[in-house]
Amino acid sequence: MTTAAPRPSLWRTVAGPAPQRPATAGASPSTPVHDLPPTQPARRQEGATGLTGTVAFDRVAKVYDSSAGPVPALEGISLGIPAGSIFGIIGRSGAGKSSLLRTINRLESPTSGRVLVDGVDIAALDDDGLVALRRRIGMIFQHFNLLSAKTVYDNVALPLRVAGVRPAEVHRRVEELLALVGLQDKHRTFPARLSGGQKQRVGIARALATGPEILLCDEATSALDPETTHSILQLLRDINRRLGITVILITHEMSVIREIADQVLVLEQGRIAELGEVWQVFGAPQHDATRALLAPLQHGLPDDLQARLRPEPPATGTYQRILRLGYTGADGLEPDFARIATALQSPVRLVHGGIDRIRGHAQGRLLLSVPGAVALPPLSSLVQGPGAIAHSIEVIGHVADVEHSL
Amino acid sequence: MSLTLSIPFERYTQAFADTLAMVGASAGIAFVAGIPLAVLLIVTAPGGFLASPRVHRSLGSVVNGFRATPFIVLLVALIPFTRMVTGTTIGVWAAIVPLAISATPFFARIAEVSLREVDPGLIEAAQAMGCRKWHIVWHVYLPEALPGIVGGFTITLVALISSSAMAGAVGAGGLGDLAIRYGYQRFDTQVMLIVIAVLIALVSLVQFSGDRWVRWLRSR
Repeated sequence: MTTAAPRPSLWRTVAGPAPQRPATAGASPSTPVHDLPPTQPARRQEGATGLTGTVAFDRVAKVYDSSAGPVPALEGISLGIPAGSIFGIIGRSGAGKSSLLRTINRLESPTSGRVLVDGVDIAALDDDGLVALRRRIGMIFQHFNLLSAKTVYDNVALPLRVAGVRPAEVHRRVEELLALVGLQDKHRTFPARLSGGQKQRVGIARALATGPEILLCDEATSALDPETTHSILQLLRDINRRLGITVILITHEMSVIREIADQVLVLEQGRIAELGEVWQVFGAPQHDATRALLAPLQHGLPDDLQARLRPEPPATGTYQRILRLGYTGADGLEPDFARIATALQSPVRLVHGGIDRIRGHAQGRLLLSVPGAVALPPLSSLVQGPGAIAHSIEVIGHVADVEHSL
Repeated sequence: MSLTLSIPFERYTQAFADTLAMVGASAGIAFVAGIPLAVLLIVTAPGGFLASPRVHRSLGSVVNGFRATPFIVLLVALIPFTRMVTGTTIGVWAAIVPLAISATPFFARIAEVSLREVDPGLIEAAQAMGCRKWHIVWHVYLPEALPGIVGGFTITLVALISSSAMAGAVGAGGLGDLAIRYGYQRFDTQVMLIVIAVLIALVSLVQFSGDRWVRWLRSR
């Protein structure tokens, strides 16, 4: 198995003594990197300026010129991304995610407003300054964008070679990087012979080659199957934890945000629709765009139940009330069935629903059925104070009991 | 029964050597000049990283001008220039100048098509990793377009073998000249047939090698 390697001391700097890496001959190439034993959490350089890897947008706007006239892609984007965080940007197609991401390494320039990386306005950089900035910002792509004429090794080595790093140093770092992404046996392979997940690992190794402080991910998992997506996201999270790199990713899948992001920005038609901690945005979405994006992840009303649901109780026979309990993840409030049954003074049955834990916050929606014969206490008393059983409760309808022929 | 040659065998070897010299030298020049020309056409095109409509349009016009002129006309029209460069207007060297000048724009256009097909995402990735402009040309454009460039160079070689037959007009010799002078003007069918057979073999060899190379490059 892989031994606990001392943290490579050179992730950021190019000069310095080579760290002694223990032999990794026994390491299986299939060993996921996130299974490596935890080591020192970060080797982030803290200089006089504090943490590096912050990004700030100041009233950023972007307008494209098209034959049909100017098309606004971004409007009034102002926000800050803290160093060392995983920041997700989500939105529907054409919401401006990609344009916003590309302003960070100036693959696109904003029409107005400023983009600051570690406090420096990047619009002011000359050619040399821009090249230096881009060496501090790695980027990975949906379609990997590996050079087909170069081997895995040469792809990862390229950013170092063009930066003028000595061959011995290039060799050492490429070995290190390929070990980090679990591809130490693929040096001489050409990208065409790799699977999608392996290609993205090469892309990640290449993006990390120059020891960046920020990693931009442009729909990095959108071309991958769910299992590979999961392993790539784990790798990104692992890299974020171990190297302290700020990860900024754009995606149209809320599940990606839920899996790894700390904060999320929801973009809608080039404007900020919502911005905040992932658990807060997921637990209590404020904007229609957020709700639309969240819909596939939520436990909606099943169709068969929907068909039987009536707003008023049936005139005859017994029936069940259907209650919807919502949990936003705030204040550590979690579904506790014993307390729920006590508070409702009734037996309850779980009909449908689910709870997700996001960064330790339990959130989701539960549908419970309560016999119609039981008188419910005032629901407003159940959502506040120490006796609260959920963040929201409502009766969504009534279902007549089915006569079972048992 | 042994074959009796109507002309000395040395005539064939000399003509073959002349053809190889003309095609080889002019192809070499066309390659060395055509690649930068193609790269310039690409990077100055709209959306390229040195986008400049004026440079792009003037380069394009020059290329088109040479492509439009028939080789036999170019051969004669370029005589003053040829004399300036080589000091003579007859012989192998006198043929190499117009051959190279006609092959360069031809090859540049073919190489341009291959370069244009390089995925823009790769250029973006290279920019994002801190590549300078010439790094992008050297590490991305040229290696990624190499199969197409090799294929295009093969076509250029075959076209040059064909054009070199006209070089007899300036007394440059070569296989084509041999066929015209003996086969056509002296009604020596044997020479005609042998020259055609040798040319077919030469062109086949060039095409076969080029195709093999391209297949190997693409299989990586």
